[in-house]
Amino acid sequence: MGSLEPACVPTLQTLSLSKSFGGLRAVHDVTLSFVRGALHAVIGPNGAGKSTFVNLIAGEIRPSSGSILLEGRDITSTPVHARAHLGIARSFQRTDIFKSLSVLENVRLAAQAVHLPGMRSYATPRMARDLEAKALSALERAGLAHAVRRTAGTLAHGQQRQLEIAMTLASDPKLVMLDEPLAGMGQEEGDRMVELLKSLARDHAVLLIEHDMDFVFKVADTMTVLVEGAILATGTPDAVRASAAVQAAYLGGA
Amino acid sequence: MLPTLFSQLLNGIQYGLLLFLIASGLTLIFGVLGVINLAHGSLFMLGAYTAFLVVRAAGSLWLALPVAIVFGAILGVLLERLLFRHFYRREHLDQVLLTFALILIFEEVRSLVVGNDFHAVPVPAALDFSVPVTSGFSYAAYRFVVIGVCLALALLLIWWVERTRLGATIRAVAENREMVDVLGIDASRVHLTVFAVGTALAMTAGALAAPLTSVYPNMGDGLLIISFVVVVIGGLGSVSGAFWSALLIGLIDTLGKAYGPSLDVGGTGGLLAAAASMSVYILMVVVLLLRPSGLFGGRA
Amino acid sequence: MTDASRMLPRSVVGWIGLGLGALVLAGLPFVASAYYVGLITKAMIAAMFALSLHLLVGGTGLVSLGHGAFYGLAAYVVYLVSPEGAPRPIWMTLPAAITMASLAALLIGALSLRTTGFFFLMVTLAFGQMIFFVFHDTKLGGGTDGAYLGKPLLSAFGLVLDPLSLPRSKRGWPVYYAVLFQLIAVYLFLAYLLSTLFGRTLEGIRINEHRMRALGFNTYAYKVAAFTIAGLLAGIAGHAWSLHTGFVNPELVGWHKSAEALLMILLGGINSLIGAVVGALAYTALGEFAQAAGAYLSAFGSSLGDSVAGRRIVAVGHVLSERKLLIEGIVILLTVLVLRNGITGIGNRGWQEGLAVKNVADDECDDARHRSAAEDGRKRISRIGARGNG
Repeated sequence: MGSLEPACVPTLQTLSLSKSFGGLRAVHDVTLSFVRGALHAVIGPNGAGKSTFVNLIAGEIRPSSGSILLEGRDITSTPVHARAHLGIARSFQRTDIFKSLSVLENVRLAAQAVHLPGMRSYATPRMARDLEAKALSALERAGLAHAVRRTAGTLAHGQQRQLEIAMTLASDPKLVMLDEPLAGMGQEEGDRMVELLKSLARDHAVLLIEHDMDFVFKVADTMTVLVEGAILATGTPDAVRASAAVQAAYLGGA
Repeated sequence: MLPTLFSQLLNGIQYGLLLFLIASGLTLIFGVLGVINLAHGSLFMLGAYTAFLVVRAAGSLWLALPVAIVFGAILGVLLERLLFRHFYRREHLDQVLLTFALILIFEEVRSLVVGNDFHAVPVPAALDFSVPVTSGFSYAAYRFVVIGVCLALALLLIWWVERTRLGATIRAVAENREMVDVLGIDASRVHLTVFAVGTALAMTAGALAAPLTSVYPNMGDGLLIISFVVVVIGGLGSVSGAFWSALLIGLIDTLGKAYGPSLDVGGTGGLLAAAASMSVYILMVVVLLLRPSGLFGGRA
Repeated sequence: MTDASRMLPRSVVGWIGLGLGALVLAGLPFVASAYYVGLITKAMIAAMFALSLHLLVGGTGLVSLGHGAFYGLAAYVVYLVSPEGAPRPIWMTLPAAITMASLAALLIGALSLRTTGFFFLMVTLAFGQMIFFVFHDTKLGGGTDGAYLGKPLLSAFGLVLDPLSLPRSKRGWPVYYAVLFQLIAVYLFLAYLLSTLFGRTLEGIRINEHRMRALGFNTYAYKVAAFTIAGLLAGIAGHAWSLHTGFVNPELVGWHKSAEALLMILLGGINSLIGAVVGALAYTALGEFAQAAGAYLSAFGSSLGDSVAGRRIVAVGHVLSERKLLIEGIVILLTVLVLRNGITGIGNRGWQEGLAVKNVADDECDDARHRSAAEDGRKRISRIGARGNG
């Protein structure tokens, strides 16, 4: 793949990305782009391959074929931890935080991972303060500034989802991938999340996986529908909603 | 030269089949229950000593076999109900220490009951002869019987795991423990069965092996680690994988120990010979580094 | 209690406690007999060994059954570098022992840490066994019987201290204080290490390695580093063993030794550094106590004359004093069943939950294909029948 002009390069591109487990095609020939400033939602029925797709981009799984480009640079064989340094951050569908550590420590670790690379045992007081400041500001944005000292395991489920998001913010990523961030949240928290995601999308490329269709239509700039691992439709929310194929397959003709 | 090789090959197969009986229980216990059972080698020891005691008391090895099987099943049920069922979700550290404690306790109980002497267990008189295989080579009849019995048990076990519903359930759970919730399987019945069968098999192997190896303290130790090698190479939770892996390991270990010392070409101070006896460990490390899911089976 | 500063006492009281403990140990030889001086020396060596294992288990979450290999290897190295009849001074034996132990740990760690969980346990066990066989089956270190060696000379800056020049009751003192010094040094080093950024990263790996990797930490590199350092510290303990006993045998390298160390840290409490020390001391003390109680009961029982009760008491006494392994097994059983957080964790439930949480997440995240397989299973089961029409 040749390098494109910097101005036109999407933050992340997948090119004919495919993954099969044995005989089962989980993701098939998916070519998508994610650009900074846009919130790109990926929706589809259970088992459509959405989480597998996110895992492929994150590096947890190796693709069977196809490639992944981050700002034009091929990262298909880059290991998981290196991708975080390159600017990919994600939250997990099943909350995957450090339950026995404090909320602040959770996010501080996320900040440290990217901002203090290499194996080190020592951080100057200034570095330590910077990390803590980054962590606090991420927590503030995610709406958890009040719970900074609490043990993460004692948070309510919805707050733990907020913590997940704070952790993705702490590393100043280029691409933020959120895997069902709304799961388990109440109405009010959901509304807050709309604002948060919209502001997120201004500075980052955002990949959102969600089931709550009302929510998705409120925040998404672009939508892609995945069914059985392949793209059924992709485009603006209105275009997707209007597509007959999508209505038949997924939205139930609403 | 050839007769010796032939007899070593048969020894290897016989050893491998005994290993399979032990390893199959181990792989099921770990694959299905998620428990690391270091005490499995001790079960082998208990089976051997059971045979020794039965032969000493009643004079018949034929009786020892069913006694070992029944005793094994009962012991397995007791161990599962009283101890292991509390450990399914525990840390590996706790499981390792628990089963290590069982090893110590079993060995000490054995020592208190039978003492620390080395005891020979006589082969049944009816089988105490050599079968002539070729003009220059004959092989002990009892060993043939052991091969036969082990093969029969192996086929029975594999049939049970592959063809019956309970076996299919066990295989499903071994492959994917989350399925227990998805499919609503009665977990405690599965656990109990697996434990009882695994324990009984290990003890049976011990009873069969007693006339061949004699009984002595810590006889289970060496087998334990090799059984784990078999399990790892065969793939966790896979009974058929354990079968081929056990045969492979049995052959490698037997041939290695038989021909290893002759590799001690002057001056290496026994290092090559040591390497020969380590060959199975080296194999396990290589397999784990290249193909952690095992050579023959395990989680796909 | 949410960050690694629990490694060092959090309060003045804690520091005073540690200081007192060190003082007690320092003053012990003045009031105890030569036998107890030797015994406590052994306990301190065990404590160093347990501390080194703590870095792996309590610090990074790595359960290894091959840690004894580095301990025993260091002990054997002392034997190997000492020519017949002329013991070498410490400033030669200690670096040699530590270097070999660290190199072995680096090599074995680099290979083993490509695996996790159960497989890691098995690989470390296998490597430990390999080293065991090297010493057991070859003439390298005297084979199965082991070998006696000239205890390293305590010499520094031209001064030589020959224990034989001391009165009999004080002969064990030089080694005792050398070991005590090393124990304090190791403890303080680990306490410092675990409170640094490096230590907190290890803690993150222990709690949730999968997430640490996703965040951007090269967890493999951190684990290899921890493994190597732990090997180095085990080497110090192994060297001290040669220093103290002057005898090496293959059992030092075997997996029973590794399991014993695991027991010590579990007994004392996995979650704190002092737990490793407490566990080692308690383990040694239990052994002595069982011995003494057994002897007492035997004497008491026989004093009751030839009665049923008397004979039973003698039998129990006999078991206590002679059946070390049985007692050990029962102690382990009780510890694992009842004393889940160890002696230092009595009354404290929080940490076990933290560890248990980690284990569950670990099981679920250890193989991503596991989850995908479950997803596939659910897919097969619940086909929505969503086939798009063009």
